[in-house]
Amino acid sequence: MLMPTGSGDLYEKRKGVYPKAVDGFYRRLKWAIMAVTLAIYWVTPWLRWDRGPYAPDQAVLVDLANRRFYMFAIEIWPHEFYYVAGLLMMAGIGLFLVTSAVGRAWCGYACPQTVWTDLFQHVERAIDGDRNAQIRLAAAPLSAGKIARRLMKWSIWLLIAFLTGGAWIFYFADAPTLQHAFWTGAAAPIAYGTTAVLTATTFVLGGFMREQVCIYMCPWPRIQTAMLDEKSLVVTYKDWRGEKRGSVKKAAAHPGDYGDCIDCNQCVAVCPTGIDIREGPQIGCITCALCIDACDKVMAQVGRPRGLIDYCTEDDAAAEKQGRAPRPVLKTLLRPRTIAYFAIWGGIGVAMLFALGARTRIDISAQQDRNPIFVRLSDGAIRNAYMVKIRNMETRPRPIEVHVEGLPGAMLWTDAMARDQAAASLATRVPADSVAKLRIFVAAPPAGAPRQDFSFAVRATDREGGGAREDARFERP
Amino acid sequence: MADDKTPRIDAATGTEFKGHEWDGIEELDTPLPRWWLWTFYATIIFAIGYTIAYPAWPMIDSATRGVLGWSSRGALAEEMAARDAQIAPLRQAIAATTIDKLTGQPQLMQAAVEGGRAAFKVHCVQCHGSGAAGSAGYPNLNDDDWLWGGDLATIEKTITDGIRNPDHADTRMSMMPAFGRDQLLTGAQVDDVVAHVRVISGQDKRTAAAQRGARIFADNCAVCHGPAGKGSRELGAPNLTDGIWLYGGDAATIRQSVWNSRQGVMPRWNDKLDQATIRMLAAYVHRLGGGEATPVETAMAADGTTNGTNGDAGQ
Repeated sequence: MLMPTGSGDLYEKRKGVYPKAVDGFYRRLKWAIMAVTLAIYWVTPWLRWDRGPYAPDQAVLVDLANRRFYMFAIEIWPHEFYYVAGLLMMAGIGLFLVTSAVGRAWCGYACPQTVWTDLFQHVERAIDGDRNAQIRLAAAPLSAGKIARRLMKWSIWLLIAFLTGGAWIFYFADAPTLQHAFWTGAAAPIAYGTTAVLTATTFVLGGFMREQVCIYMCPWPRIQTAMLDEKSLVVTYKDWRGEKRGSVKKAAAHPGDYGDCIDCNQCVAVCPTGIDIREGPQIGCITCALCIDACDKVMAQVGRPRGLIDYCTEDDAAAEKQGRAPRPVLKTLLRPRTIAYFAIWGGIGVAMLFALGARTRIDISAQQDRNPIFVRLSDGAIRNAYMVKIRNMETRPRPIEVHVEGLPGAMLWTDAMARDQAAASLATRVPADSVAKLRIFVAAPPAGAPRQDFSFAVRATDREGGGAREDARFERP
Repeated sequence: MADDKTPRIDAATGTEFKGHEWDGIEELDTPLPRWWLWTFYATIIFAIGYTIAYPAWPMIDSATRGVLGWSSRGALAEEMAARDAQIAPLRQAIAATTIDKLTGQPQLMQAAVEGGRAAFKVHCVQCHGSGAAGSAGYPNLNDDDWLWGGDLATIEKTITDGIRNPDHADTRMSMMPAFGRDQLLTGAQVDDVVAHVRVISGQDKRTAAAQRGARIFADNCAVCHGPAGKGSRELGAPNLTDGIWLYGGDAATIRQSVWNSRQGVMPRWNDKLDQATIRMLAAYVHRLGGGEATPVETAMAADGTTNGTNGDAGQ
């Protein structure tokens, strides 16, 4: 029971949840998903990806210090953060899609809280035994044996928590280097701090808070509740088939009086959040489907058809209750709402792929000096100054040529040059994966519009070529 | 509802109703989890510890100091001291490098320019303006016209010793006579000189007055401003033929300048700023756009080593 009875207490003590081990289709699916997600989490930072001598060779790297995000062949600069925003939008809409189709599948299978809690509970069963042994141990007075088991269990949890927290930092720096620095005490304080915080949260949230996180802390169950509709697959106890509950013996004695549920409580025993699914859909249900596995096993033992507890939509439940056939699963999954979500999700993905393919790797920005706006030179010419930034987003140095268009008679030079070196164009070399900042002076004859629009143009003078332009304005007295 | 003896119970959860209802949605009296209470107590304990450790409780003229002795002023002073300590070697290096050697060290030069930018905002903007663009009587430091010279060493000398400081022997000194006020020239002669100056600066056409003025100019002005009016940097005499006027190039302002003379004053800074700051200011002013080459810089430019690239991987 999740919610308290009307006892009038202001605060409620957590009731221990000791989920029983279970085997079945969904349990195996959960094992597989756990293996895949944990492998992705722990292995990804160690994958290498050759980007040449001027860029890191870590396949996935969030380089906060240099403000670069690397993901295999893609490199994202801070001004291209909309790609990350696009990924987040896809993640959000992907969750909408999954939720409208198969309910809280994220909660039940892929959420880190679920995955790590599942792992911790597995450790718990290995040390303390299954459900009944755990309940007995919890109730037993403190003894040397109990302390030993507790210490053993917490040590393993702590180790997993440390590996979890420790792995996180490898996404933000070169993993092999950081690992060496970490053990020699040479890593940045933030690395130790992050590891410590994530170790602590993993240990506490996975070991002790568990379903309390889902029920009290996480906003997602509330949001998902609003996204489910009568055509979403949710874990359902088919009460029209199960009621009235009674043992096999009773049912044999009074056939017709009893439903299929033998009231064995196995669905409650295996539940990782400690709820009774037979009370109907509730916020505590993360739809992990372990009760389906437990019930199927029992039904097989008593020789009744499987699926007393099963994934079922609200519409199908109503239909089955009235003896009509449920809709085919494919028809449930492919309905306007899921297709619309998928179209939006796919549209963003295709747009991002197109944008990634078409983006330029040279860029220029020019900011005009505002104080003073212009300077009159002794020969009467007017000079404006611009802070010009040339981005070379390739991981190799490139020769770049800068000139202006639309400003007749303009001469360019930088603040590191003398004016007699001024020319119609400037040649420079922008280092690999960096921004060249040039303070460029532009002088033009005094005759002309007080405000004249022109543009800066950059062009790579290597074989690959490419370029960019930036609009600017030349001001005169 | 709330004062009923027998509270209503929500069938689905078994929880009491609170008695509040909004459009048919009723509030349940769901108990908080116990651990939440403990975190609440933990925050209270933390708050007590915090108010002991840090300034917190208001007293009559200040707050309690806190046993750690922390203060925001103290934190600022610490940060400033740490910053000063951090840039001390840089300042020492700038102070130890003569200004003509500075251009050979681009990184040090860049640091000097940035330091000068900061110092300029404190010491120089009052006259020269925040963009160093000056105003009437206060030179624009962005342009390429210099009264006393625009290479690094000369700029540094000007900042160090100032211009027309009466109490300083090394200061830059020159004195233009007040030709009209002191009756060195008659009013008509002054008008003629003004006409001549308007001609050599390309603003007016040649007239009879200007031709008379040319002779007067040769006799009275050329000794400082040069026979062609190109000025003299030894004497801080401005070039009268270019497009830049410190006080204004219209006839009335030029007449005023000739009649009363002009004697701009700039304070010397060697008694107020240290060597490193003055050097940084010189580097900044030089980099504003009108800086002239010293022999060393010319050699550098000929090598083609100063291509103006200043890569920054961090942006």
